Amino acid sequence: MDTLTVDLDHPLRSFRLEVGLELGRETLALVGPSGAGKSSVLRAIAGLLRPERGRVELGRERWLDTERGVDVPPERRSVGLVFQDYALFPHLSVRGNVAFGGRGRVDELLERFRISHLAAARPGELSGGERQRVALARALAREPAVLLLDEPLSALDAHTRGVVRGELAELLEGLRLPTLLVTHDFEDAAALADRIGVTAGGRILQLGSAGELLAAPADAFVAGFTGANLLPGTARAGRDGLTEVALDAGGTAATTDAGRGRVGLAVYPWEISLARVAPTDSTLNHVRGEVRSLVPLGNRVRVRLGPLTAEVTAASAERLALAEGDLLVASFKATAARLVPLG
Amino acid sequence: MSRLFSLLLVTALALALAFLALPVLALFLRVPPAELIRQLGEERAREALIVSLTTSLVAHLVILAVGTPAAYLLATRAFRGRALVVSLLELPLVLPPAVAGLGLLAAFGRSGLLGEELSALGVEIPFTQLAVVLAICFVASPFYLRAAIAAFEAVDPALLGAARTLGAGPERVFSRIALPLALGGLGAGSTLAFARGLGEFGATIMFAGSLPGTTQTAPLAIYDALDEDFEVALALGALLVVISVAILLVAKLLASWTRSPSTSTIRFAPSGSR
Repeated sequence: MDTLTVDLDHPLRSFRLEVGLELGRETLALVGPSGAGKSSVLRAIAGLLRPERGRVELGRERWLDTERGVDVPPERRSVGLVFQDYALFPHLSVRGNVAFGGRGRVDELLERFRISHLAAARPGELSGGERQRVALARALAREPAVLLLDEPLSALDAHTRGVVRGELAELLEGLRLPTLLVTHDFEDAAALADRIGVTAGGRILQLGSAGELLAAPADAFVAGFTGANLLPGTARAGRDGLTEVALDAGGTAATTDAGRGRVGLAVYPWEISLARVAPTDSTLNHVRGEVRSLVPLGNRVRVRLGPLTAEVTAASAERLALAEGDLLVASFKATAARLVPLG
Repeated sequence: MSRLFSLLLVTALALALAFLALPVLALFLRVPPAELIRQLGEERAREALIVSLTTSLVAHLVILAVGTPAAYLLATRAFRGRALVVSLLELPLVLPPAVAGLGLLAAFGRSGLLGEELSALGVEIPFTQLAVVLAICFVASPFYLRAAIAAFEAVDPALLGAARTLGAGPERVFSRIALPLALGGLGAGSTLAFARGLGEFGATIMFAGSLPGTTQTAPLAIYDALDEDFEVALALGALLVVISVAILLVAKLLASWTRSPSTSTIRFAPSGSR
């Protein structure tokens, strides 16, 4: 099994890109805000960017080693790179685009990506979803040993995105290639990747499965990026072996995590339940607030209430007859509240 | 107030149009088509045209062959001194043609910079057809270089990168991606350079002279005929106008072709059709 080893050190505009990665037959997503240097990692692996210092190896094949002066040109690295806006050749047909990478399996790939009927079309005539399929087919035509995807879903509209995400997840599952993908959307990363590296300022802040990141975000940035509510406050030891956090926004909250001093309290929206009156169940934390906005998301509703964002099912929202301006109690368990250092 | 302003704009345009079109119109009013064709049968006019077309064509092939790769390099690589190189290449654009001719003499003339080396090789350039070709190359190539650099720069670098990752070496990226995508702009620049070369006068007369049958191009023949036979001069002039108009049309056509469906016209369809 060929492992892709990447070690990069390269100055970008306002920070240094310092990334070390190792990936086997899995999909790893680098997720972070735009401008975090994620695309530069892909370009360096493909050979389109020469880092100041670095090493890229696939198994025993050395593609880049700045110390030994090794720099294999991009056309001799077995890489399939799908560009953010797909970079299809506008003057070539769909068939011409796919055949550019390799003539051997063109028909099979057109068939597999359901673009046979578009073989003669120019990229300019295609929809976003179709372009993406052409770009994937073209990248795979060369039978690459490594697949690199740069924001594979960001060029698509919201509706297409959901469909394509499912298709792409299936495809990656089937390919079993070392795949590195870059996205600014944590949900996309969670849906597509086995492991996720949250990236900011040129560094990977935390690397783990989506579940691991959600269960124990390393710091406030990771917590915020994975979608958690982040409430800054001051922690001290409380009753019953719990930690009590005096929230800056007012009130206190209890958590099972240990901590002291300045902290962030991270709570995921789906850990929060809403009620008209404070429930008398096992939840320890209750925050009273006015509903500021209600955003339906399919079968869920995202409710903004005071300093918190909660997610409840659409059915629950209807049953509670939620409306903007309502006074509600948001509750979450002490076991669902994570303490993270403030960045 | 705004009506007065509109009037001013319209007057300005009418003036410009009248001034620029009148001399061309006058040429054709003085030369009836039958006379034009008869004059072209004249030995002298025919010779001049042949000299003009051969030298222009040869010079043009040289400009395309050298200019295209040079422009590609300048458009796709960043290096120290690039701006200086581009400025030097553009210099002939602003140089007075007489100075260009002088410079060519100073470089390639018998007592010029390379004169000794050239005569040692038995090559003499001034006052030969080769001199005409060199003069045309010198004054016309910047027109092509500028357009070609812009045309290659307009090709999305991501496309060149994509071609590399798909296994294409630099030569294949150039021939299969960069060249076809820049073709419209290259064609437009090429026609402009050709037109400039065809009309070349100052540098040619200084560096190549005006020997009928060898170095006397059509513009030189017009000047030469002016004293003796105004009719011949007019006929040649009218013919050059016809050629120039044809070139202008080709340039416009090529420029509009660049913006046509070959480059991406993005259409957003709602979702993946099955």
